[in-house]
Amino acid sequence: MDSTPTTFFGWVAYLLNEFWPRFLAGTVNTLEIALVGTVLGCALGFVVGIVQSIKVDSHASPVSRALVGLLKAIVAIYVEIFRGTPMMVQAMVIYYGSAEMYGLDMNTFFAGILVLTLNTGAYMAESVRGAITGIDPGQLEGAYAIGFTHFQAMTRVVIPQAFRNLIPQIGNMFISSIKDTSVLNVISVTELYYVGRSVASSYYRFFETYFIISIIYLVLTFVISRLLRLMERKLDGARDYELVIDEGAEVA
Amino acid sequence: MSDTPILKVEHLGKSFGTHEVLRDIDFSVNRGEVISVIGPSGSGKSTLLRCINMLEDPSAGTIYFEGKALSYAPKDQSAFRARVGMVFQSFNLFNNMTVLQNCMVGVQVVKHGSKSEAEGLAKKYLREVGMYAYQNARPAQLSGGQKQRVAIARELCMQPDAILFDEPTSALDPEMVGEVLEVIKRLAEQGMTMVIVTHEMLFARDISTRVVFMDQGVIVEEGTPDQLFNHPQHKRTADFLSRYRQV
Repeated sequence: MDSTPTTFFGWVAYLLNEFWPRFLAGTVNTLEIALVGTVLGCALGFVVGIVQSIKVDSHASPVSRALVGLLKAIVAIYVEIFRGTPMMVQAMVIYYGSAEMYGLDMNTFFAGILVLTLNTGAYMAESVRGAITGIDPGQLEGAYAIGFTHFQAMTRVVIPQAFRNLIPQIGNMFISSIKDTSVLNVISVTELYYVGRSVASSYYRFFETYFIISIIYLVLTFVISRLLRLMERKLDGARDYELVIDEGAEVA
Repeated sequence: MSDTPILKVEHLGKSFGTHEVLRDIDFSVNRGEVISVIGPSGSGKSTLLRCINMLEDPSAGTIYFEGKALSYAPKDQSAFRARVGMVFQSFNLFNNMTVLQNCMVGVQVVKHGSKSEAEGLAKKYLREVGMYAYQNARPAQLSGGQKQRVAIARELCMQPDAILFDEPTSALDPEMVGEVLEVIKRLAEQGMTMVIVTHEMLFARDISTRVVFMDQGVIVEEGTPDQLFNHPQHKRTADFLSRYRQV
């Protein structure tokens, strides 16, 4: 029983048998960071994208116009910085920077979520802006015509439609997040890749270990993409509709 | 009944850059009037309606609602639009809602009506435009004529003082034009105040109390349907109408 395996799949089974609690812990960590980071990042992206798509009404007061201008400048800088630098570098800067500059001892798990959120938010913001400008302007005018304010028209009509169109993009972000958590190993977050690295070096079985890791990543991303497809279909509503028989109508 | 016109437009001008679309328009609408605005494409008819509903800012002139100049403060804009509705050539139904929700949402959001109140109104007016059966459908599942009838019901739910129609049948194929015009005609009979930009000359002649002919950004002439269609005073009006007669 104690003999070491000789085949590829023998090693795979052996490693799984011995290290499954660590693989499981790494998977859970990866999924948690990706899930929280994507959800918060998408929320942040929505806020930023909406800010970027604000059209300043020429009848608005100078104060509110200046405020909107300032807000737009701030979010533009944020987007440029986080889209323009590698996430791995951001992780280093945020984690070690906060420690050295401010003496903050950030939990690595928390730092990982923070980095992923800020990164996802920056990418998502651009997609959200695009999705909002892509909605037919007639939708806004239709809303104005029955007395909606710009805010009401956006929240009730435009953003829900933009959101529906963004689900494939949210899926993309989610899937990249799951994979991108692997770069967080540089700040010692015990996510799946970090676990893989330590398992691989315990018996020097690199191929088998990373094969296992790959399969886990693939299962995670596949399940997520199917779930989002399901959500898309749900939001589209039923393909059929029932005609309603009018019982209150007068008989002609 | 007061003598103040519900809507009054004075010296209205509108330019897009150097292109002057409307020039010195004077025009008023009294309660209960049905006014058709006719004229060639590009004559400024739609822009006039869009200025009245504040979808465009006029470059010059003033628009009065019940004797008071329109305020362009965002809050006042919404309040005005809740009372003067608009129906568009491209329907502009909310794609993320069912037919019933399209009709309810204005009452709930703008007028802060209860859900049951909104539903009652929505069903009442959907019945009136013959779309009651389709209340659970989504806009994408309807024909153009059906969409436009829902759009009219959506406006009626706001119980507006007046409705502006911007070429309501221009995007429809001939078979669907009739069903929409039928609905508008019924509203006219009920005394709804309406301004209708249209290319349907027979319809304009039948239902209007007054017809306005526009060309190149100005009102060339206006009068009763009989005056305008049978005794046009200007050559430009006569030319325009003769082209329709030949068809």
